[in-house]
Amino acid sequence: MAFLDINHLQKSFGELRVVKDFILGIEKGEFVSFLGPSGCGKTTVLRMVAGFETPTSGAIRIDGQDVTGLPANRRKIGMVFQAYALFPNLTVADNIGFGLKVAGEGKADIARRVAEMLELIGLPQLGGRYPFQLSGGQQQRVALARALAPRPQVLLLDEPLSALDAKIRVSLREEIRRIQQDLGITTIFVTHDQEEALSISDRIVVMHQGVADQVGAPFDIYNRPATRFVAEFVGTLNLVDADVVEAVSGRVRLGDVPVALNRPLSARAGERISLALRPETVALGRAEGHDVILSGRIADVHFLGSVIRIRVAVGDQLLSLDTFNQPDRPPPAVGAAVEVSICDRDLLVLAA
Amino acid sequence: MTGKRLWSLLAVALGGLYFLLPLAGMVDFSMRMKRGEYSFEAYRIVLTDPQFQHTFLYSVGLALLTIVIGILIVVPTAYFVRLKLPGLRPVIEFITLLPLVIPPIVIVFGYIRIYNTSSILPLTGSWWGTNILLLFGYATLALPYMYRSVDTGLRTIDIGSLTEAAQSLGAGWARILTVVILPNVFVSVMSGAFLTFAIVIGEYVFAALLNVNSFGPYMVWMGGNRAYEPSALAVVAFAITWACMGLMQLFTRFSKFSTARR
Repeated sequence: MAFLDINHLQKSFGELRVVKDFILGIEKGEFVSFLGPSGCGKTTVLRMVAGFETPTSGAIRIDGQDVTGLPANRRKIGMVFQAYALFPNLTVADNIGFGLKVAGEGKADIARRVAEMLELIGLPQLGGRYPFQLSGGQQQRVALARALAPRPQVLLLDEPLSALDAKIRVSLREEIRRIQQDLGITTIFVTHDQEEALSISDRIVVMHQGVADQVGAPFDIYNRPATRFVAEFVGTLNLVDADVVEAVSGRVRLGDVPVALNRPLSARAGERISLALRPETVALGRAEGHDVILSGRIADVHFLGSVIRIRVAVGDQLLSLDTFNQPDRPPPAVGAAVEVSICDRDLLVLAA
Repeated sequence: MTGKRLWSLLAVALGGLYFLLPLAGMVDFSMRMKRGEYSFEAYRIVLTDPQFQHTFLYSVGLALLTIVIGILIVVPTAYFVRLKLPGLRPVIEFITLLPLVIPPIVIVFGYIRIYNTSSILPLTGSWWGTNILLLFGYATLALPYMYRSVDTGLRTIDIGSLTEAAQSLGAGWARILTVVILPNVFVSVMSGAFLTFAIVIGEYVFAALLNVNSFGPYMVWMGGNRAYEPSALAVVAFAITWACMGLMQLFTRFSKFSTARR
């Protein structure tokens, strides 16, 4: 049994089923992200683990103990909220020491632990300040320290970076991951930002309409999406229509170009299927190892800094491709005739 | 100076005169007790009157107890209604407004009918009972002010997240209310408290009909039997009310972690 075991969890609000048969096992010390759009049920699952929502059915076990019916204040769970939720009337040190005080620890022990936590979050000099005297990033660091101070069994992070600006978001997510790895604490991180989830997780749970569509390592989620939703939600994706020529060997036709997928297809010969491929797997011009060559015209060019995203009209389909910016090679002009090449291995056949 | 600004200043000046002239007249009159000279003689007589001291201290004590009862009733109610039963808010608001709609004389007659000496709970039959009745009556009168103040305070903080944060750190309801919620609405509670104080200190109807010798009936008695002292007493009462209002402002402005500074 996993350290944190979520078993057939369901949650309905009236007629609305928000979480449908959610199953997940999280090992001790693992960092798992719940990724999905708004309303997919990720926060509801997190809140059920925290004890703020009661499941309609199912069970939650932490280290073998069934906590499903346990009130939130007896679960030994640390939680960090999107809006920080620091107690405005308490100083930073008192905020961090709150959980320890509740647990009845002695003054000296609390002071020692608070100092340790302030050191951990890199704000040792700010113990005497009030939350309103801190920046957003500092407040969220304090919220993290407060959640970790009582040594919880599980750390829950509910979109903790959403309210911060882009630069602080990146630095703080790296800091969260460092602290998590240092302490080896089992962590669930809820986010709708795929980059966040991909960059810091051991595993990602992609949620869609109340169920876990796919659970896997970031590399697998990105490169081998199990469903069309996962493929579309995680990263940018080209969807191209292809006609099945032979289902058993996986031969299809992209416009006039024959492509061998070398894997059996569930569709029958003559049927039209959708294939997906990531923009970075499409090359402008003929690239080595890319055996499928398509001709088209530049539809538009988006300069994104280090990366240039180009859209090429191939027949009646638009294909996005990413190339690195090279100062001595300006991107092609809109309307120019070009060739693009892809490797048939990179074409993904998506389940519905 | 533009014409618009002139009119505005004129309107403010007229309003000020309407408010200040009677006060000035009252202060002037209260200081003319000694023939041919201005003096604080009326104030000296009032402030050294043992009846004044007794009734004033009694009303102060009653006001403080009313504030405590108000806080104990209103803070948990407003908090749980906001947190768990937001659908009930209009109902609670309506209930808390009732003391403004129902005249105090109706309420106190109701009390006398229900709690008289021949009833199951003969509160009017004893000194303690009457005081308890008066106390709860005042808590009812103060309800609209206290509830609104506290509810406004609760609106300025994210009580949902703060409660959940405290729960996740192991805190129970009592600790959440006393350590997290109450200090964060303290300014609002103090506003409600000062309003309550101002209402209770001069209240007449409840005290007179329950035959309690508090500051309100004392002021009325003084008004009916003396000439200059009632004006001095009225000035003192005004000063107390204004001091309450001033303290409300001070608390709001200089609170260490007030919303205004966040």
